[in-house]
Amino acid sequence: MATMTAPGTTEQLTRSASPARSRGRRNRKIRDNVTGYAFLIGAILCFALFTWYPMIRGIIMSFQRTRRGVTTWVGWDNYTRIIADPSFWPAWRNTVYFTVLALVIGYAVPFFVAILLNELRHAKGYLRVLVYLPVMLPPASALFLFKFYAYDPSDAGLFNAILTFLHLPTSQWMQSPGATMPAMVIASTWMNMGSAVLIYLASLQNIPGELYEAAELDGAGLWRRIWNVTIPQTRLILGLLAMMQIVATMQVFIEPLILANGAGTQDSATTVAYLIYQHGFYQNDLNGAAALGVIILVALAAFSGVYLRLTTKND
Amino acid sequence: MSAPQYRKAVAFALAAGLGLSLAACSTKSDDESTSADGKTIITVDCMPVGTEKELVANWNADVAAFEKANPDVQIKSVSVGTQCNNPPDFTARLAGGTTTDVFYGYMTDLQQVLDSGQAMDITSYVTKDTIPTWDDVDPALKSVFSDGGKVYGVPIKNYSMGLVYNKVLFQKAGLDPANPPKTWADVRTAAKKIAQAAPGVAGYADYSAGNTGGWHFTAEIYAQGGQILTEDGKKADFNNAMGKQVLQNLKDMRYGDNSMGSRQLLQWGDLLTNAAAGKVGMFIGAPDTTQQIVSQFKGKYADWAVAPLPGQDGLAKATLGGGDGYFFKKGLTEAQVKAGLKWVAFEKLTVGKGQFDYPRAKPQNYPVGLPQPLLFTKDSATAKAEYELRKANANVDPSIYALFENQQLPIKGEPANAQAIYAVLDSAMSGVLTNPNANIDELLKTAEQKVNQLITAGS
Repeated sequence: MATMTAPGTTEQLTRSASPARSRGRRNRKIRDNVTGYAFLIGAILCFALFTWYPMIRGIIMSFQRTRRGVTTWVGWDNYTRIIADPSFWPAWRNTVYFTVLALVIGYAVPFFVAILLNELRHAKGYLRVLVYLPVMLPPASALFLFKFYAYDPSDAGLFNAILTFLHLPTSQWMQSPGATMPAMVIASTWMNMGSAVLIYLASLQNIPGELYEAAELDGAGLWRRIWNVTIPQTRLILGLLAMMQIVATMQVFIEPLILANGAGTQDSATTVAYLIYQHGFYQNDLNGAAALGVIILVALAAFSGVYLRLTTKND
Repeated sequence: MSAPQYRKAVAFALAAGLGLSLAACSTKSDDESTSADGKTIITVDCMPVGTEKELVANWNADVAAFEKANPDVQIKSVSVGTQCNNPPDFTARLAGGTTTDVFYGYMTDLQQVLDSGQAMDITSYVTKDTIPTWDDVDPALKSVFSDGGKVYGVPIKNYSMGLVYNKVLFQKAGLDPANPPKTWADVRTAAKKIAQAAPGVAGYADYSAGNTGGWHFTAEIYAQGGQILTEDGKKADFNNAMGKQVLQNLKDMRYGDNSMGSRQLLQWGDLLTNAAAGKVGMFIGAPDTTQQIVSQFKGKYADWAVAPLPGQDGLAKATLGGGDGYFFKKGLTEAQVKAGLKWVAFEKLTVGKGQFDYPRAKPQNYPVGLPQPLLFTKDSATAKAEYELRKANANVDPSIYALFENQQLPIKGEPANAQAIYAVLDSAMSGVLTNPNANIDELLKTAEQKVNQLITAGS
């Protein structure tokens, strides 16, 4: 305890004893880091202009209403109105459902693909390229491929042809309210899996081989090794990606827009982000859209805060 | 220069460069109203996109001709892809204040433009001096762009809906192309025959996404004699027998007869692409959809014809009409407004010029002979001149549109807040077209609730 408080105390004494010397040190510190600050200015300007300003503007707009060019302060009106929208709760239900499915499918699949790739002895690089390839496709192109070829509701569609071949019942895919969300998650997982696989692979390769060897000596099989070595060793990266996955999937937008041409069958594809777009750009209700944007911002910020707190405590 | 100094210099240059480029972004060079040589500058949108080379060349030739005739005016043309047919893009530009001085909008956009505070009152400028054919423009169209006795826009196109049908598929199904369906029961019978005769073809196709489903629901309830809003515009008025009938007709065709194909959730281009590929027997649309099918989606005029809109027990009681026009951005100088009006008059409202330059369009194979745009009052001098010129240069068989033209139905305009209402009604349309167990009463009730809420929020 004594050693911890000592430097602080000494510095306080030095400061009060010689403010001029302290100022000089500070100035030198600034001079030494001037290059860093110069680079920082660019980043700060970019964030301020393209992230913070629009965010603050959005929050202000969510309490205003513009009619005939005149903007008035309306308090919580936009919020009560947007919450009363009959599409509000279905949009949240769909979004949470998408996020849960994305966690089950989109989160687990890349992890196991990465483990498989890591275990391979041959053609590793070649297979990594193959897995990463979909990431290089523009999302819109990838989704159009799914929309027109894979999810064609007729028997000519790729997935329906496979189902028919397997003597299974076919699906209407994006036109069936029950299949909309799983179909969107499958497409989304395929599109984004490559990046997650690469991150997992990097993390897996950092696990010391001795741990596996020791586990094998103890008689651990594949699953046991994954459970007792791989998962604990990649815990941090697994946690980080889980949070990023949840934050990203809660804002799912392009999938409903392209795959379901918007809302899908009776709001079956309406997500919160799509509802924001619909209010803002189709219903000419930018203030309502801003209110909905603030609601999702608060929800995600709260979630991220709780998550960070829990994980920091555990660490 | 030492290495650390060099690094610092580079860092400052980068930071300064970024600052300058940000500053450059915020500079609105288009805000100039007068050029260095004293000319009045106006920016106008809806220049054709670059891929439409011949249309771009025509536009540029028109700009050059206009500037020659008006040496004190300079036109700056703007084209940003599908800007003129894309409601989200239009809303974004309006909200961001980045519209051109003279900007395009649908007839349904007036309230939105007024709400944004971007519309200029041009009442005192719209005269025969600026638009020589103004007195002949249909007063009903002028009123769509007016509010509280003030004029905010100039109409440039007007359409009404009919039944567009594929003559080749009719023949294949043993139907008479000269005798198209007149009622929804006829449509149903014909659609069934076409779907049976040509597997993989939708006998009848309809929209259910991207606001177009609501747009067609509106046209179809008008055909029944119904409406979307009550007369005072304060409540939804489609959750009734007529609204139910519209959805029931579609549900019967989709799931009773299986005559609407398997792919649904169609929006504007989807249906026309299928139609151009010979995969659609009938759909409701304006005569200019045949033009789109040919020019944009590579179909053939000879395959198509347009008939009046069918109703439940006879021809439609009314047909939906709409169109578009040009607005003027608030804050323009008097000279700019006058120059803008002259340009709109030249390009869109003068027989023999711009959109009415039929002698130029004919050899270029752009369609001449379509019964629209119906801009001028019937029997007015301008309407007659336009008709004569069109007839003299027609390159499209007039029989395609004869049935439609000979049976003029009462035209009913789109409801206030149309785009927002259409977005809501998409859901009702998608319900009956994708769910065999859809509950029509529930669909209408939900849509009614949403539309009433929209109206409350907007009031």
